[in-house]
Amino acid sequence: MAGEAEHSEGGLAFHPLQQFEIHRLFGEGPIEWYTPTNISLWMAFAVLAIVAVFVFGSSSKSLIPTRMQSIGELAYDFVHNMVEDVAGHDGAKYFPMIMTLFLFILFANMLGLIPGSFTPTTHIAVTAILGFGVFVFVTLLGFYKHGFHFLGLFWMSDAPLILRPIIAVIEVISYFVRPVSHSIRLAGNIMAGHAVMKVFAAFAPMILISTIGIVVTPVSILAITAIYALEVLVAFIQAYVFTILTCVYLKDALHPGH
Amino acid sequence: MATTTTEHAAEGASAGMPQLDFSTFPNQIFWLLVTLVIIYIVMSRVALPRIGGVLANRKGTITSDLRAAEELKQKALEAERAYNDALVKARADAAKIVADAKIDIQKDLDKAIAKADAEIAAKTVEAGKALDEIRAGAAEAIATVAKDTAKELVAALGGSADARSITSAVTARLKG
Repeated sequence: MAGEAEHSEGGLAFHPLQQFEIHRLFGEGPIEWYTPTNISLWMAFAVLAIVAVFVFGSSSKSLIPTRMQSIGELAYDFVHNMVEDVAGHDGAKYFPMIMTLFLFILFANMLGLIPGSFTPTTHIAVTAILGFGVFVFVTLLGFYKHGFHFLGLFWMSDAPLILRPIIAVIEVISYFVRPVSHSIRLAGNIMAGHAVMKVFAAFAPMILISTIGIVVTPVSILAITAIYALEVLVAFIQAYVFTILTCVYLKDALHPGH
Repeated sequence: MATTTTEHAAEGASAGMPQLDFSTFPNQIFWLLVTLVIIYIVMSRVALPRIGGVLANRKGTITSDLRAAEELKQKALEAERAYNDALVKARADAAKIVADAKIDIQKDLDKAIAKADAEIAAKTVEAGKALDEIRAGAAEAIATVAKDTAKELVAALGGSADARSITSAVTARLKG
C-alpha cells in the first residue's frame, strides 16, 4: 500500500481499517456474546430509523400520503413487485422476510455513510449470517416443498444426456458457492468503499505537512466527494442486489424445474 | 473495487483485520439475530399490513371514484339529452299554440265581422223604414196644408168652392 510508505515520511496517519474495529460501548473488558458494542448500537439505530419511517411515518394511514408515508409505500411497492416478478405469486408469502433483509441492509449501508458512524454490513460475520441464512432457508424450503424432486434443479433434462452429469456437478458447485458470493459481495463492496474513502481522507491534510499538498489536498477532497456519491449508489445497489438474488434463490426453491 | 478488497483483506489479515477477529463473532451474530427478529416482527405485524392496507384502500378509492365519475358523466349526458328533447318539444308546442291561437282569433274575428254586418243590415232596414214613414208623413202634411191654403185662398179671393172640388184639384196638382 502507498499508505505505508507515506506513513514513514510525513506525519500522515493511515488506518483505513480502524473504522471497522468493534469495541465495547461501556467500560472495559472482553467482548462477550451479549456485550453491547458499537455494532449493536448501529444495528439499533437502523431499527429505530426503520421504525420511524415505516411505523410512525405511516401512522396516519392517510389516503393522500405524507412524505414519510410515501417513502414507506415506495419501498413496499419496490420490494413487493420484486418478489412477485422474480419469485412468482406464491413467493408473496415470504415478502415480510425479504423486506426485512432489504431494509436492514439498506438502512445499515445508508447510516454507515454518516461520517464517524459504524457499518454493520462491512463485517463478514454479519453478511455471512445473512447469506447462509438465506441459503439454508431456501434449501430446506425446496426439500420441504418438493422433496427429492428439488434435486431436479441440478439435472438439466433438456441438455444432451452425456453432458447432464457434468452439468449437474457444475450446478451443485455453483449452488454451494452462492451463499459465499452472496455474503462476500455485500461486505466486500461496502468495506472497500469505506476503506478507500478513509485513505483519501488521510491524504487530505497533506497541505499542512508539505508543499506538494497544494495539489494533493484538493485532489483528495474531490476524490472523497466523488467516492461518497458513488458509495450512496453502492449502498442502495448492494441492498437491491442482495434482495433480488434472495428472490432468485427463492424462485429456485419454489419452482425447481428449469 | 474487487482488487482493493483483496489487497485490504490480505493486508488486514496479517495486521489484525477487524473482520477476521473471530472473538467478536458471537457478539455480532447475537446482535444481528436480535435486530433481524425485531425488524421482522415490526414489519410483519405492524408496518407491512398497515402500508398494504393503505395501498389497497387507495386503489379501491380510486377505482370507485372513477366509476362514480363515469356514472355522473353518463347522468350529465342523459340530462343534456333530456334537456334538448324538452327544448325541441317545447318549441313544437309553442308553434302549435301559436297556430291554434291564430285560428281561434281568425274564427272570433270572422264571427264578430258577420255579427256586425248583420247588425248593420238590420239597422239600415230600420232606418229606411223610419225614413219612409217620415216621408209619408211629410207628403200627407203637405197635402193637408195645400188644401187648407187653397181653401183660404179661394175664400179670400171671394170665390166659394165646395171642399170636394178643391181637394181633387189640389190632389191633381200635387201629383202633377
